[in-house]
Amino acid sequence: MQTTFRIIDEDGIHARPATALVNTATKFKDTEAFAEAKGKKVTLKSILGVLSLGLESGDTLTLITEGGQEAEALGALQDVMIKEGLGELND
Amino acid sequence: MIKISGIAASAGIAVAKAFILKHPDYTITKTSISDVELEIVKLESALEISKGELARIKARTLAELGEKKAEIFESHLLILEDPELISPVMDKIREEAVNADYALQEVANQFIEMFENMKSTYLQERAADMRDVTKRVLNHLLGISYVSPAEISEEVIVIAEDLTPSDTAQLNRKYVKGFTTNIGGRTSHSAIMARSLEIPAVVGTKHVMSEVKAGDLIIVDGLSGDVLVNPGEAEVALYIAKQKEYDLQIAEWKKLREEPTVSADGKHVELAANIGTPNDVAGVIDNGGEGVGLYRTEFLYMGRDKLPSEEIQYNAYRTVLENMQGKPVVVRTLDIGGDKELPYLELPKEMNPFLGFRAIRLCLDRQDIFRTQLRALLRASVHGDLRIMFPMIATLGEFRAARDLLLEEKAKLHEEGKEVSDQIQLGIMVEIPSTAVLADQFAKEVDFFSIGTNDLIQYTMAADRMNERVSYLYQPYNPAILRLIKNVIDAAHAEGKWTGMCGEMAGDVTAIPLLLGLGLDEFSMSATSILPARSQIAKLSAAEMKELAAKALQLGTAEEVAALVQAINY
Repeated sequence: MQTTFRIIDEDGIHARPATALVNTATKFKDTEAFAEAKGKKVTLKSILGVLSLGLESGDTLTLITEGGQEAEALGALQDVMIKEGLGELND
Repeated sequence: MIKISGIAASAGIAVAKAFILKHPDYTITKTSISDVELEIVKLESALEISKGELARIKARTLAELGEKKAEIFESHLLILEDPELISPVMDKIREEAVNADYALQEVANQFIEMFENMKSTYLQERAADMRDVTKRVLNHLLGISYVSPAEISEEVIVIAEDLTPSDTAQLNRKYVKGFTTNIGGRTSHSAIMARSLEIPAVVGTKHVMSEVKAGDLIIVDGLSGDVLVNPGEAEVALYIAKQKEYDLQIAEWKKLREEPTVSADGKHVELAANIGTPNDVAGVIDNGGEGVGLYRTEFLYMGRDKLPSEEIQYNAYRTVLENMQGKPVVVRTLDIGGDKELPYLELPKEMNPFLGFRAIRLCLDRQDIFRTQLRALLRASVHGDLRIMFPMIATLGEFRAARDLLLEEKAKLHEEGKEVSDQIQLGIMVEIPSTAVLADQFAKEVDFFSIGTNDLIQYTMAADRMNERVSYLYQPYNPAILRLIKNVIDAAHAEGKWTGMCGEMAGDVTAIPLLLGLGLDEFSMSATSILPARSQIAKLSAAEMKELAAKALQLGTAEEVAALVQAINY
């Protein structure tokens, strides 16, 4: 499953929200979670991976979950994105 | 006992054991390992100990400094658990049979390099976090006992070559009783930080690092600028008495918090504070400030990789105005350029930055930057008593051009149906001698003046205040400076306007009697200087100070003026 966001936070994705995303992804042990942006795909369970995307305001980010509780995991990650004011859904 | 003299940077006295803040040497050599699995165990154990430390620091920071400050340690913890970091280190140890410290450093360096090459300044700075975390693990791998300032958990005096912003951000007031450094002056970062944390500090001692060992008993006298190393019992008793006296004095001052500032003969003046961020407002209220006399907006523009949006600025200005609860707030428009750089503006290096393309000169040229700030200010104006001031005005033409841009933006906001206050006062900083001399003409068009003495003195004396070899020319009491100040105040009063001062001089014990005598209306200073100044002014007669100032204006040297003022009996 996947959802795509447009980053709206002026600072892009910085350490605090990245931490929240990684903590949330890690909670779902049997579910794979990835972040894809600018042609690069990284695991969402790595803070260095997420930061390495170098996301800035205006960039597009796709969150992908696979297996296990993929729906719950994607929902939880989506909540973090919205709650932290990071991005808006890109429909 | 050894006595070392430095610059008194932050008032108060502290007695505690020395804590030497020194960043250790992490020279690592690559060695071949025979027992690879033992090396892995070493790494795992170093990681576990490091995580334990971080969890403790995080919990303590959360309890003492709040969630925001604790977040950084949460991300450090995540880095140490990150498979993207740990797996390659383990692979390297196994495949190349190398030592764990070498493998860790190699892998960490790849990430550091990755961050450093990122486009966003924010992400570039994450390289520092990566270095911090790596060093923590290396300490355990290499057997280095290094305690970062954040981990101090007993009362100490911090001894350092200098304190960087990241060092001071980690200082915990509960345990750090004072600090002293080899380098720095009254206006260096560490000194400003000490005053805002209200920790006694002596800076610029030149050699305190070489004279002090960890655990030595230290007295820091932030009133006189003395540092005593391993004092005898008699000295300790003397200083503890002095400390008590100072604490009593502070308590006495605190009683004046809610009082207006009135001289012995009933003249009211306004004592305001200089601030840099909305967070500083709490200190202003706490110290009984009657307003904000200088809000330096530069900080909004620094530490980021692009210009702050109108919305970010509006929120900051609105917060300050609301939290000041209707008291006046003088906001200085962007004073950047020259020595204060903004990397993202990509301004060329200059031979004479203090005399160069900065402040209003830059703003009138880069109107896109200036108009955004003016709009944010105008929109925030409905939330309090806003006063706007332009920095580095040298000619009336510059003032008029800046004013016209402000009026244009105001008209546009009206058209957009946005509310703007009609009570905004518009003034200028007087920091260039040409403007001080021509103050009578300026006074017809501005609502107020604020004298910026730090720059006015350096421009009048033609002496760079950062250059130690000519720092003797930084003479606030020089009659030449006093005459310029008098000219500005008189010019304002002749037009029914007011004059403030927002340089270091406004909070200076020796300058205050003279400024009161010269008729200064508003004194803006560090928040912590307000109550002492209020107490001092209450003991002075404005009429007598007027005579004193008249005498001072007829003297020839700064020393003669200082001697005249210091002879006052309180």
